[in-house]
Amino acid sequence: MTYLGNDRSLEKYRRMVRIREFEAVAEAIHAAGEVPGSLHTYTGQEATGVGACIALRNDDYMVGNHRSHGHPIAKGAKLGPLMAELLGKVTGVCKGKGGSMHLSDFSVGSLGETSIVGSGIPVAAGAALGAKLQGTDRVALCFFGDGATNEGAFHEGLNLAAVWKLPAIFLCENNGYAVSTPTSEAVSVPDIADRGKAYGMPSAIVDGQDIDAVEAAVTEAVERARTGGGPTLIEAKTYRFAEHAVNMGRVLRDRGVEVDTWRERDPIHLYRAKLIGDGVAVGTLDGIEQEAKDAVQSALSFARESDYPEQLAAFDDVFVDRLPIPAYLTN
Amino acid sequence: MARATYIEAIRQAQMEEMQRDARVFIMGEDIVCNVFGTTTGFTEMFGKERVRDTPISENGFIGASAGAAMVGMRPIVDVTISSFLYPAMDQIMSIIAKSRYIYGGQAMLPLVIRSCLFYGNSNAAQHSDRPYSMFMNVPGLKIIVPSDARDMKGLLKAAIRDDDPVLCFEDSTCWSSKADLPDDPDFLIPLGQGEVKREGTDLSIIAVAGGVPIALKAAQRLAKEGISVEVIDPRTLVPFDREIILKSVRKTGRAITVDPAHESCSVASEISATIVENAFDALRGPVLRVTTPDTHLPFSPAIEKALYPSVERIVAAVYRLVGADRLIAEQGTN
Repeated sequence: MTYLGNDRSLEKYRRMVRIREFEAVAEAIHAAGEVPGSLHTYTGQEATGVGACIALRNDDYMVGNHRSHGHPIAKGAKLGPLMAELLGKVTGVCKGKGGSMHLSDFSVGSLGETSIVGSGIPVAAGAALGAKLQGTDRVALCFFGDGATNEGAFHEGLNLAAVWKLPAIFLCENNGYAVSTPTSEAVSVPDIADRGKAYGMPSAIVDGQDIDAVEAAVTEAVERARTGGGPTLIEAKTYRFAEHAVNMGRVLRDRGVEVDTWRERDPIHLYRAKLIGDGVAVGTLDGIEQEAKDAVQSALSFARESDYPEQLAAFDDVFVDRLPIPAYLTN
Repeated sequence: MARATYIEAIRQAQMEEMQRDARVFIMGEDIVCNVFGTTTGFTEMFGKERVRDTPISENGFIGASAGAAMVGMRPIVDVTISSFLYPAMDQIMSIIAKSRYIYGGQAMLPLVIRSCLFYGNSNAAQHSDRPYSMFMNVPGLKIIVPSDARDMKGLLKAAIRDDDPVLCFEDSTCWSSKADLPDDPDFLIPLGQGEVKREGTDLSIIAVAGGVPIALKAAQRLAKEGISVEVIDPRTLVPFDREIILKSVRKTGRAITVDPAHESCSVASEISATIVENAFDALRGPVLRVTTPDTHLPFSPAIEKALYPSVERIVAAVYRLVGADRLIAEQGTN
């Protein structure tokens, strides 16, 4: 395929539409009863995840949260094992042990997508410490939501990273709500970026729907981290187009015009318009979208055709060695 | 081989493993100034990058140890007093215990979290906890509870080399006790192997941590009265050496568990259940627990000491189990 724009721009577009398509299919199969457990979709936040990850090297580390589908795709993970994980299959990226909230692919530098709010932040600080002690120039980026910034883990992780000047980037995806509670009712400062001052840490506010803006801000932070300048706090103002989790019933808010306003700033539409403005052929972008649809369908087929784990696999990976199997399962 | 204290054993284990493996580093509160004597000379030997004082921020630096371990380091975290683990329960329970599992084996967390059991010395309820059994209740954490200096050195070295997270609980009542410490840099005691600390035939005492030296003293006293007590120390709570306990109880037919922790859901309770489930036929009486009652530990020395397991309480429990038999035997000879 010949691209008219530069490859990097199209790769950004490609990763965003892959996330969008993955989530559309995930929601559909969840509604059909094929996905056990809950589902927290990333739709609407694609520019934040992809803009951040595109600024990282393949060997840089990343830690994410329960809204975990977007991050690995943004960092270049294969779709098949992610989809298989949603179905609880043994070919899943976590062998069916993690599910929707924990789509973590260590092969692309992930160190976890953790579902306890804020708990990934100290882990990312520690990965950055490890990178520093090993004398590498790797950096660690941590995704978390606005809600996480009220957790002690946020305060402790940022303070530790700042006091040790660790190569870390703390990227708050402020989507406006902690489940149902508006950020304005839960956060004591107008902008989460303001909290960087408390740790003597440079911070930035960025339009989370503008992938180029996110990429630029994270690139600057990565450069600072790699060259010994320490951590950065970035607040990306974004929005999720769906509820906190699918099927939350009465938690549904009446957001009315707010949703429409944000939908007008759909990150994929915005970037598509920009690329077309830059001279990228519509056909090229349509081709990328079709490619994403095909890739997700192929991931779904892979997931459906895969086996479930064997019962005894429940005793693997608690430790490096398998646990003893209880007698009732061996008879 | 030189005689040295439990504290010195900790220092030697850490020093030898840091010399052996550049991935090992230590961090914690006030370790550069070396409050307890477990890091004497470390900053001079290893530098401040590998011997790191932390902010008082347990959830932060214990969580950071997980991240550092996941990228290939082998951290030792010194949390000083075990009550300080509680602010970090989030990271210990949700991240450290579960990351390997929830990510399907992709994560490796070779780290050691050390903390002491700081009881028995008027430090009041918040500083005097013995919380190891709480951590047994979540899978994914290996737990060692050494009761003497030799075990401390061998177990801690093995823990540092282990590829899974290990919690090391250091009983402060054992700090000054001495043993011969092997100089062999590869002296290791495998996790999951208990030890018969004293052989006997009439009764088995299964004791943990600071309960072990007390049980040995009780056994010594009882020997003078003709009662032969076997003392078993599991040494590691996870993985747990059930066989050494069951073997002993099958031999003696009587069992007492000694545990400085609070009684409910204690290690003593777990061992009792294990014995009753697996060696019931061998039992000639109930399995008794000598533990700390389920109240808090008061500051006043006048009322603190009586709450812990003691030689007297153990002896009384032994009399309860063997007393009836002895009475019958004595009457029979009259």
